[in-house]
Amino acid sequence: MHNTGISIWFFIGVLLIIYGAMILGYGTFEWYSGAWRTSNVILSELHAPVWWGGLLLALGLFYGVRFRPGRNG
Amino acid sequence: MGALALNAPSLAHLSLLDLAVIAIYFVIVIWIGFYLKSKANTSEEFFMAGREMTAWIAGLSFVSANLGSLELMGWAGSAYQYGILAAHWYWVGAIPAMLFLGMVMMPFYYVCKTHSVPGYLKLRYGQGSSTVAAVSFAFMTVLMSGVNMFAMAEVMKIVLGWNLYFSIIVSSLAVAAYVALGGLRSAIFNEVLQFVLIWGGALLVPILGLIETGGWSGFKARLAHNIQTGLVPAGDYTHMWRSMGHFADNPMGIHWTGIVFGLGFAISFGYWTTDFLVVQRVLAANSLRSARLAPVIGSFFKMAVPFIVILPGLLGLVVLQNADGSLMHLVGENVVAANPGAGLHSYNEVLPLMMVRYLGPGLLGLGITALIAGFMSGMAGNVSAFTAIFTYDIYQPHIVKHARDEHYVLVGRWVTVIGVFISIGAALLVMNAAGIMDYVQALFSFFISPLLGVVLLGMFWKRATKAGGFWGLLIGTLTSIGLWAWVKADPSALRYVAISPDAKDMAENMYRALWSVSTSVGVNVIVSLCTKPRPVSELAGVVYGATPLPTEEPVPIYKNEWFWTAIAIVIFLALNIYFW
Repeated sequence: MHNTGISIWFFIGVLLIIYGAMILGYGTFEWYSGAWRTSNVILSELHAPVWWGGLLLALGLFYGVRFRPGRNG
Repeated sequence: MGALALNAPSLAHLSLLDLAVIAIYFVIVIWIGFYLKSKANTSEEFFMAGREMTAWIAGLSFVSANLGSLELMGWAGSAYQYGILAAHWYWVGAIPAMLFLGMVMMPFYYVCKTHSVPGYLKLRYGQGSSTVAAVSFAFMTVLMSGVNMFAMAEVMKIVLGWNLYFSIIVSSLAVAAYVALGGLRSAIFNEVLQFVLIWGGALLVPILGLIETGGWSGFKARLAHNIQTGLVPAGDYTHMWRSMGHFADNPMGIHWTGIVFGLGFAISFGYWTTDFLVVQRVLAANSLRSARLAPVIGSFFKMAVPFIVILPGLLGLVVLQNADGSLMHLVGENVVAANPGAGLHSYNEVLPLMMVRYLGPGLLGLGITALIAGFMSGMAGNVSAFTAIFTYDIYQPHIVKHARDEHYVLVGRWVTVIGVFISIGAALLVMNAAGIMDYVQALFSFFISPLLGVVLLGMFWKRATKAGGFWGLLIGTLTSIGLWAWVKADPSALRYVAISPDAKDMAENMYRALWSVSTSVGVNVIVSLCTKPRPVSELAGVVYGATPLPTEEPVPIYKNEWFWTAIAIVIFLALNIYFW
């Protein structure tokens, strides 16, 4: 896929970074503000936005860096 | 804009964060279309993505084009209704066919350098069979795209309260833009992106569901308790084959012969090996090895899809609750329609209901984006396949035969836009006459199984002739239509078509496909034996035994397609044995 310039994996990395940051950011806010206690969502005490958002962000960073434009590989 | 978008009470309420997640998704997919516009200048680039896709990209796109959101929600609903039997459509109904495509059929598709399945028929049987297959496929593809578009818009109305027209127009114009700009490469790129989003948005639901129920064994214990206390209808929800001994033993009204030969062969092989919607993705691979490996890679993900589709449906049986804390009972669409205002939800809403249960702001937007992405990947698959078939197999041989390459690319771009508008028209047609939907879905099944018979004989029997292929395809299709019409006119005929008075609709589809492919093969054989075959020298590249397959460079075992096929077979067998 290198002859197309930017790899699809880079696009995926960018999207996951954006989504991961948004969801992790909100989850962190919800955790520290205590808003999760009044949430209608089941199992909100597990703080899924924090670890799921963190996971998306980590994956996004991996793909974003690994397949960044100009890097051969 | 808000008034245009929202017009009904909804299941879920999206926050600004959720809306931002959805909006960013649309920006990215359009951006990809614009970015790839400069890479889609020749017909090979526009229609075949330059045949530059790696095995991973082609494999993920291959599965993603099939993974529409209706499929996600529909099969989750079926799992709630029928239990794990629904997983047959992901395992025996897909994996053997995908592996067969990669290991056995792909060399012929790839070596003859065809651009489409009708293109293969032209090389093997001549223009007649090719045109019949191309016209029926093109017609059915845009019609199906429209039906899916309407069904998706209806889901968006129920789940989010969005106006039907708003959902249809926004999502279809986005698809039209990125496919018309970047061609198949753009469709494939977006399908891979959408595949990642589907997993990212939907995977959390079964994980949290299993945590809530105490794992698989905890789920089974709660389900058994609910069945014992009459809260859930009695039945075997967690085994796939035990209740297949007789039609009356399972809620689907299916026998194992129908599952194995009807679904596992006639329907599954027909779809996965001859439906251009999926085959087109593999034809875009950058080498024969990649083309063979792509369906194998796809098979692993296909086997995993029940985790995000079937499992949430099953978990819904024990975790979904009404506002008063009682167990929620989902019902059929007809019951919901007959009781407006009763607060009932249909089986098909189980996945969105599970999302609303577990996903808060941001994550819910990601889940809804997964559903939209599923719809758009399915639609882009339909539109890009329609564009290639119309331009290569209808326009080029019958309308403008010898034009410059740029002309066909321009035609492809316009046909993409026109295809989307025909789909919108079909969606509006279905909106005003919902009964049409059942007919359209049946129509699609008429062509796939007979085509399988013709392609298989053409590929593996040198004696098959042009007349045999044409009459096999035609009479196989007429058999399918005739059996369908017979049962429609006289429902008691089901006992003959599906060989049991206890058979139900799904069994009818399977046996109809089986009779249809058998007829297609039988007619093809008889007519071929009565007509003059082509010399073997003319069959090089298209028929087994007349095609020298290129030898491939030796690779380490972990890159070998046969190794991964063996692993896929072992996992496939293990899953079926575990859930026997």
